[in-house]
Amino acid sequence: MPRKLVSALMLAIGSLAGSLVYRRRVARKVERVDLYAEDGSMASIAAGMPDAERLLTLARELVALAR
Amino acid sequence: MLRRMDAAQALADLTEISSQVVHVAIVDEGGSVLATTIGDASRAGRFVESVSTLLDEADELRQQRGLATLAQLEAATLDGSVFVVRRGGRMIAATTRPDPTVGLVFYDLKHCLRSIAEEPGANGTPKRARKKSGNAA
Repeated sequence: MPRKLVSALMLAIGSLAGSLVYRRRVARKVERVDLYAEDGSMASIAAGMPDAERLLTLARELVALAR
Repeated sequence: MLRRMDAAQALADLTEISSQVVHVAIVDEGGSVLATTIGDASRAGRFVESVSTLLDEADELRQQRGLATLAQLEAATLDGSVFVVRRGGRMIAATTRPDPTVGLVFYDLKHCLRSIAEEPGANGTPKRARKKSGNAA
């Protein structure tokens, strides 16, 4: 296999892996559920916490459904 | 003097002033859809059903964490957010584009819900005037 092709392939794979890692990190920062109670108290549950996943799955479905 | 406002009119006002909202549904105490921006009835039904499930799950979580009655929530995902506000038995749920201005969206949803029950008269609370353009914050 020509060297240039191998280099291009490696670069493409590296970019893809990098973007996946970046997207996951961003998702951890961005994705969350904020619950606001009537008395003014609030709880923020970040992605990655077990409680958040079920709610975030539902939210993703809703966002997709509403598109 | 206050008078009732049509839910569809309130929804139209909301979508006009809020550029961040993608779709909205207003649901009454019995779970019936009062107004929605989702044209297809079956999709609207599924949307409301999923919002109810989301609220049930959130309520369970709220109880576990010892919080008072749930008034509103935001679930933020990479592709957009889901906002739900409950007031006087009614509920308004909206989806937005990613990274919305949270306070502004909550304000608009609450205003919309309130305006269904009461529309301000001459001496009422002034409406927020905002043009639908980009990231108005």
